[in-house]
Amino acid sequence: MAEATWETPKMARGRGNRWSRVVIYGLLAFFALVYLLPLVVMLLTSLKPLPEIYAGNMIALPQEWTIEPWRKAWEEVCVGLACHGIKGYFWNSIKMAFFGVTISTAVGALNGYVLTKWRFRGDSLLFGLILFGCFIPFQIVLIPMATILGKLGLASSTTGLVLVHVTYGIAFTTLFFRNYYAVFPDELVKAAMMDGARFWAIFIRILLPSSGPIIAVSMIWQFTNIWNDFLFGASFSTGESAPMTVALNNVVNTSTAEREYNVHMAAAIIAALPTLMVYVFGGRYFVRGLMAGSVKG
Amino acid sequence: MSSLELVSIKKRYGDLDILKGINISVDAGEFLVLVGPSGCGKSTLLNIIAGLDTATGGDVRIGGRSVRDDHPSERDIAMVFQSYALYPNMSVAQNISFGMEMRKVPKEEREVAIQEVAKLLQIQHLLARRPGQLSGGQRQRVAMGRALVRKPKIFLFDEPLSNLDAQLRLDMRTEIKKLHQRLAATIVYVTHDQIEAMTLATRIAVMRYGELQQLGTPAEVYSEPANLFVAGFMGSPRMNLVPGTLVQTGGGLTLEIQASDKPKLAIALPPQPPAVQAYAGRDIIAGLRAEAISHGSGSQSGQRRTVTGTVEVTEPTGADTLAVLMLGGHEMTARLQPDFPLRAGQQGEFDIDLAKLVFFDPDGGKRIK
Repeated sequence: MAEATWETPKMARGRGNRWSRVVIYGLLAFFALVYLLPLVVMLLTSLKPLPEIYAGNMIALPQEWTIEPWRKAWEEVCVGLACHGIKGYFWNSIKMAFFGVTISTAVGALNGYVLTKWRFRGDSLLFGLILFGCFIPFQIVLIPMATILGKLGLASSTTGLVLVHVTYGIAFTTLFFRNYYAVFPDELVKAAMMDGARFWAIFIRILLPSSGPIIAVSMIWQFTNIWNDFLFGASFSTGESAPMTVALNNVVNTSTAEREYNVHMAAAIIAALPTLMVYVFGGRYFVRGLMAGSVKG
Repeated sequence: MSSLELVSIKKRYGDLDILKGINISVDAGEFLVLVGPSGCGKSTLLNIIAGLDTATGGDVRIGGRSVRDDHPSERDIAMVFQSYALYPNMSVAQNISFGMEMRKVPKEEREVAIQEVAKLLQIQHLLARRPGQLSGGQRQRVAMGRALVRKPKIFLFDEPLSNLDAQLRLDMRTEIKKLHQRLAATIVYVTHDQIEAMTLATRIAVMRYGELQQLGTPAEVYSEPANLFVAGFMGSPRMNLVPGTLVQTGGGLTLEIQASDKPKLAIALPPQPPAVQAYAGRDIIAGLRAEAISHGSGSQSGQRRTVTGTVEVTEPTGADTLAVLMLGGHEMTARLQPDFPLRAGQQGEFDIDLAKLVFFDPDGGKRIK
């Protein structure tokens, strides 16, 4: 009798269940395919010679495999009037993202540290105001930003773009770090104080080494935002100083002769590759870091 | 080690008085325990001594010198925190030596000091581990090691045992006491556990609502509580506190205890000091420790009186049996022999040791002495 009551409920087994599994996996497979299809088409197109593409049949495997479109996209394709590939713009984006991510994360960490461990009168109000920055749409700041960049002499430069992205990113990175440090035990800071550590030593020796997860979150967040940004890039850069996203747009819109779809696809994949890599290798830190902020331990 | 003086320490948060002028002076080598219910200001006081919080008024003197304007690290104080506050990213050895590193002590000296403390606390085998890999008791030892290695003038303990399970708490309590005897260190120890206070302290400061209720040795605080609060807070079981009346009769005073319709209990008292005699004919509150009530021997002598009461509940603890008795219509707890023969509901005779009887003024609760 006792065993009977502890038996696994019928629902969890049996034929009905098997069918629901089939439906679930079927749906999952279908949607995975739908999501993957554009990427597959892009990849296949970028590895085909042009005549094959014009012959139609997008999904077919290339009859003649070639990496020529990739080489051309990197070194020769025309971006606007200049025809030496996208590599220069790719490095622009790398530089912009590297400095933008590093600086905004560092400032955010410092802000979070001060707002939680060195409380002062009006700190909550200040944090509220910083938070406001998260809700300001890009478009609103375009004109004032252009004025400021002009006055600073940073218009149309990568440095200017870094400044824009840092300014815009600090609101988010401060939010991340403040919430993470809010649950960081105050007693550790007090103990370090008794041990003779001051402002910077406490930050660098005690808080930062325990901030791995939230640094990952902040960097991933900032990197994807900065790398993928088109609006600021298109507004505040011209010609050679443009980031990858703007260059890609220019490649596709340059109409000199026939449209080289294979080269366009290769360039698009190159443009998307860094963020893809970040998610493949950093995705689990991202989830873990977001969890670490909410559930302590 | 050093002496410590707290001179009318005050602390306000907005309109709230957390500390209302605390005066305590601790001699070098003393073990002072600050005890009181939560919110009494004891932790705030400890933080003020440490320099982690600033007082609104008053002065802190260590070894006769005012440290009010000194940074925590300049006061030569070490503190053990309730959560241990071990740096999670550092090994045990690094945790212990972090303070010395901040003070730029050479590496060889640090190594020697780490080994010395590790040996004292028997944590040599743990030095390479991270705090996350340690048990509660081990973390506690490391936290003490971090304090000991500095050889400070004063040690501060902020409820260091409250995160440990019962058995370990007893062990560590003994160990802290041993450590104090061995190092003859000046210690200020905060707890809300009155048993910890009794067992560890050379002197106890009982606090409530930011005021010092009593400062004295454990024996004084236990047997001669300054007021009703201390009487009720210290000791387990708590002191029996019963409202009664002092009546002048023939040769001396008689204590009358009566609850509404219950029969009156009258106890003739031996000669009392003038302060108590002044309360003749007035209401008082009588205080009697559980061990001052014993199972009746039938002999009435100078300081002993026999009364009749009913047993309500018995609670055997092994070493002795606590019995809740109904005496004069009031419940009183008695600490009795484990072989005490009566059961719940039975009536019996009990001896009261009048030498241990104390009286409180019902207005304000001060002890009459």
